[in-house]
Amino acid sequence: MKTLRLQIVTPEGVAYSDDVELVGLRSVEGRIGILPHHTRLMTQMLPGEMLVRKNGRDEFLAVGEGLVDVTGEQVSIATDMAVAAESIDEAKAEEARRRAEARLSDKISDEELASVNASLARSLAQLHVKRRRRH
Amino acid sequence: MSSSRDIRRRIRSIGSTAQITKAMQMVAASKMRKSQEAALAGRPFVRLIYRFQREATSGTREFNHPLVEVRPVRKRAVILVAADKGLCGALNSNLFRMVAQFDPASTVFITAGRKAAQFVAATRRQLIAEFAYGDSPTYPEARAIAAFARGLFLKKEVDEVRVLATRFVNTLTQHPVSLEYLPVGEIKGAEIPGAEREMDLAVSKETLFEPNAEAFLSYLLSHYLNIYIYQVLLNAKASEQSARMVSMKNATDNAENLIDDLTLEYNKLRQAGITKELLEIAGGQAS
Repeated sequence: MKTLRLQIVTPEGVAYSDDVELVGLRSVEGRIGILPHHTRLMTQMLPGEMLVRKNGRDEFLAVGEGLVDVTGEQVSIATDMAVAAESIDEAKAEEARRRAEARLSDKISDEELASVNASLARSLAQLHVKRRRRH
Repeated sequence: MSSSRDIRRRIRSIGSTAQITKAMQMVAASKMRKSQEAALAGRPFVRLIYRFQREATSGTREFNHPLVEVRPVRKRAVILVAADKGLCGALNSNLFRMVAQFDPASTVFITAGRKAAQFVAATRRQLIAEFAYGDSPTYPEARAIAAFARGLFLKKEVDEVRVLATRFVNTLTQHPVSLEYLPVGEIKGAEIPGAEREMDLAVSKETLFEPNAEAFLSYLLSHYLNIYIYQVLLNAKASEQSARMVSMKNATDNAENLIDDLTLEYNKLRQAGITKELLEIAGGQAS
């Protein structure tokens, strides 16, 4: 079966690099599924969960916002966060979410608001992926 | 001439100083390795950002964005990135010397690192924001600085943003540099400091952009500006640690030289004392 090369890079390093069969993610235009031989596409990814199908098994990753480059045989993603479901520490993510919410209720400036909102979205994405795996 | 007890005391005190500087040298060396590794780990991300840039600008489309727009400069902001601590040779003062070229009346400062903030405050320049960055700079820290600078520029409070930081060349050399940050100008030629672009590869023509090329480009722009600051921070940190390592190594070497000299002097003094005593004994027997 034809596969796609999926590569996820963050400023801290390469977070994921493997051959997969399907990549599902949230883009600005809605959820998209990417299969091999996809048309050349560049899009913007929203924070949330990402589905990766490898050898018929589904894996979930929590990802931040980022940019996606799709060619027929490769998917490259530049994002500020990518965490595999099994390595998410739920307690830590929950704490991060609470911290972000507490910060939001304080009076803060616009710049801070943007960054807190972003970190809230990231911890929510992690929590979501983790909880879904349990059901 | 000091007594042998004084010399012994000095040797001991210089010895403990050397121990401290030696320890600091080791710590700086390991931290330097870490920040260099972090800079290397960021390479794939930077490469990918360049690829997006190349693809998105390949068509000769007009791209008008507030962040690209060049305005006459009436007021400028300077992002000054310096160390948190001293004891790193002339690193900070070399950087601060460059600040003199900016007119204090029309320049506002955004600082990263405690020394930068102290300098701006001490010289009575205008400080509008003070950021901190840790021993291993993180991307969120860089994003906060980038977002703040972007906000100032978009609100037209400033017409230009420059970055003043130290560029890491190698362990022995670090150069203070003054970089243009905003406006971006020609987006095609935009580069990230410390990471040169590769030669342009073939660009496919039928790329589909979602939602459209302009929106994609402006989103790319914000990522580009964040990673720019991130690279600057990593460079500054690596420079700081290597400068500290070198100056601490010099201090240790100097201390060891001093100890050698003092030991020689001490031994001479001791020998002189013994000779004198022997002479006294001999003299006592002769009489």
